Parts: sequence; structure tokens; C-alpha cells
Amino acid sequence: MSNLSSRPPVWSYWVVLPSFVLLWALVASFLKTPLLPTPLHVLDTLIRESASGELWHHLSATLGRVIVAFILSMLLGTAIGVVMGRSKTANALFDPMLVLLLNLPALVTIILMYVWFGLVEVAAVMAVVINKVPNVAVTVREGARSLDYRLEEMATVYDFTRWQRFRDVWVPQLFPYLMAATRGGLALIWKIVLVVELLGRSDGIGFQLHLAFQIFDVAAILAYSLTFIAVVQLIELIILQPLEHRSSRWRQPEATHA
Amino acid sequence: MLELRIAGRSYGQPVLGEVFATIERGDRICLLGPSGIGKTTLLNAIAGLDKTIPAEAIIGQEKLKVGYLFQEHRLLPWRTLSANLQLAGATPREAEVHLASVGLEGYGHYLPDQLSLGMARRAALARCLAVKPDLLLLDEPFASLDPVMAGELKVLIAGLLDANPGMAMICVTHDGGDAEILANRLWYLDGKPAQLQWDDVVGEPRLLNALLGKLRDPEGFGLV
Repeated sequence: MSNLSSRPPVWSYWVVLPSFVLLWALVASFLKTPLLPTPLHVLDTLIRESASGELWHHLSATLGRVIVAFILSMLLGTAIGVVMGRSKTANALFDPMLVLLLNLPALVTIILMYVWFGLVEVAAVMAVVINKVPNVAVTVREGARSLDYRLEEMATVYDFTRWQRFRDVWVPQLFPYLMAATRGGLALIWKIVLVVELLGRSDGIGFQLHLAFQIFDVAAILAYSLTFIAVVQLIELIILQPLEHRSSRWRQPEATHA
Repeated sequence: MLELRIAGRSYGQPVLGEVFATIERGDRICLLGPSGIGKTTLLNAIAGLDKTIPAEAIIGQEKLKVGYLFQEHRLLPWRTLSANLQLAGATPREAEVHLASVGLEGYGHYLPDQLSLGMARRAALARCLAVKPDLLLLDEPFASLDPVMAGELKVLIAGLLDANPGMAMICVTHDGGDAEILANRLWYLDGKPAQLQWDDVVGEPRLLNALLGKLRDPEGFGLV
């Protein structure tokens, strides 16, 4: 059970992914069609786009939208989730809306935002936030419901201030839920941002994919996608994992009790 | 110091009935009674944790500072012992002093999960001291400790009470032997809803012996 749920060993990534690239190269060189470029051709496109500055321009536009939408969704979703988890009235008020929003396709929100507010940046970011907030709220609500009442009583007896209760009692308990929302959030948000860009922005990776689609430039499509996958993995490695490690240190005491 | 007036809950099936008592500084009360009768409920009411018992039911002359040793240690597992004590109001220096007074000198930087059960309970006791309590509430402080550790903790608590003569204590226990060492006053909680059946000073051995006899033989309510 624990073997199945834990991450596979690092070497499997170094075996499976290169094998996949090799297979891709073989199939592509066998078919010899522009609809499936070889890995080398994609790399070539990547270097060209990077050298011209196009790649970085569009990458930073997309990344900017992802970051703003992510921060807004986490703040809003966490606030709503905590309130819903702690108050039955709030839960009764918000839950029907959550059900509605969770089942609303992202595409519908995006179209409605563009129709109502025009093809502007605010509409684009809002569409992403509206899609993501319900997911964050649902995850954080679970966390807020599982807050340990015994620690609440302790905090009451020892006259914790509101800030102490938030920082020292709630946040550490909510942390695993916030991390889950963050992980799911990044993955979901950048995918929605691409659609938002495809439908109504004039920069960003989604916009570039749109152009490439119109001229069937598969090499460009793959080059841009792979770049963004790399960026998201980089965020995971240099921000999320260290953060998680730092905040869960108390779970693995370095010494057994004396 | 504290006039206790609990009128029982106004709705639902009340666990606690009417409880009237006056607690003075220096009182060392052991609260005995059958398990599940509401001893912890009474402590929670005194600590102001039970919102179903009206707050005005408990009348104190001044705002009492209460240190509560729960059955579990309830230290924040993600904070060091020193940080846990500081959250209860101690300065870093005081935290070290309080930890030392329960035999945990130099353990300030440890996390609660790194401690044994007995050490964690003593750390929680140090946190009670961090609020400089007028009233110390102890909920079965010796439960699930081995006899040696329980004995050490008893001596430790008796010593802390001697060192702070202005402090009152209410200690929930199942064991009349604890009362012999710690108490100068006994409460016996029983009935449905539960009321204080006895409120006696231990000075009279006749009462203590009768009470201990009743604890050993619940059917024979032998005295008076």
C-alpha cells in the first residue's frame, strides 16, 4: 500500500522518459511527415524561438497570468473554505454555489467573461480564478473541518490571540490541504490559462499555440508545450518541495526521545 | 477566591447538575468519582470551555488565571517546548525556568513528539506554570504512566504546590492513594445529573477512609 502511493525511484524517470523520446524519434524518422517532427527538429525550433526572444516574451506573459490567478484563487478559496468548514450557515449558503461552479466547464466561464467584460486582461484572469476557487475551497474546507478541537480548547484556556490561533494552531493543521490545493492548482491553472489565451489574448503560450495550429506547425506546438512543462516542474522542484520539506520537519524528529 | 455556581445545562440531558462550592487559595482538591460521571465536564466548566454552561454561572472575584493539564499533553507538535510555553505567556527566560522546574532543563528546543509520555506530560505541566496560575486544573495526571513515573510526578506536583502556596488545585483522579499524597480537600462527584456528594477536608481520616472504602466497593455506601 505505502509502496504504491509513494513516488517511484528517480532512475525510473531517467529510463522511461529517454526511452519515450527514442521511440518518438524512431517513429518520426520512419513516417517522415511534418505532422510528427523528430525530437531534434523540435529542439531546433525551441532554440530558434528562444534566440529570437519570442519564447521568453510569451512564456513570461503566460507565467504572469498563472501567478496572479494562482495567488488570487488561493487567497479567496482558502478564506471561503475556512469559513465553510467552521460555520454550518456559511456551508449551507456556499455549498450549492460550489456544486454549480465545480460542474461548470472552464470553457463556459471563459466565454462568459470575454462576452461580458471584453477581451481584456481582467476578464482572462477572472475566468481562471472563478474556475479554480471552488477546488481550493473544497480542499481547504476538508482541512478546516478536521481541525483538532482539543487544540482549540487548549488555545482558549491559554488565551491565544487571534493571530496566534491562526499562525500556530490553524495554519500548521491546514498546511497539507493547502499544499494539495497548490499542487492541483498549478496544474489546473496553467492549462486553463492556455485556453484563455487561445480564445482572447494576443500574447502568451496559448496564443502561440493558436497561431501554430492554424499553420499546422507541430514542431512549434511541441516546443512551447515542453517549455512550459519544464517551467512547472521547476516550480515544483525549487519552490514547492523545499517548502513542504521545511514545514513538515516536525513530523520526522531527528532524534528519538531521550 | 472562586465561588463556583453551576446550575446545570438548561437544555438537553444535563451531565452536571447543580454544583456549588467555594475554592480558596491553597486548596488542594482531589476530585473523585465513578468514571464517565462528568469530572472532566466539571473541569471544562471551571476553565470556561463548556459553552453550554452559562458563563455567569461561575463567579470569581477577579479574572482567575487557570493552568489546565489536559489528559493528553495538547502541546503544539510543530512548535518546540519553549515556543509552546511562550505561547502561553512566558518569556523565553521564564520558559527555561519553568521547564527546569519540572525536570526538563535544556529541553526547550525539543519538539513534543521527541519526548516520552511522561516527559510530555511534565512539559504540559510546565506550560500550566507559564500562565502563573491561580488555579491549577489537572485531569488524571497519572493515567497511563508506569508506577515509578506516576510516583515521581506526584512528588513533583506536591513540590510545586508547596512552592506556590497561593495556588489552588483541582486534580481529577480515580485513585484514593493520589488524594492521600496531594489533597487537603476531597470532592466526590456522583449521581445523574452529577452533583458534589461530598466536599470534605482530608484532615478527618474517618472521612477519607470511608471514601476510599466506597471507591473500592461502590455498592457499600458505608459511612454515616
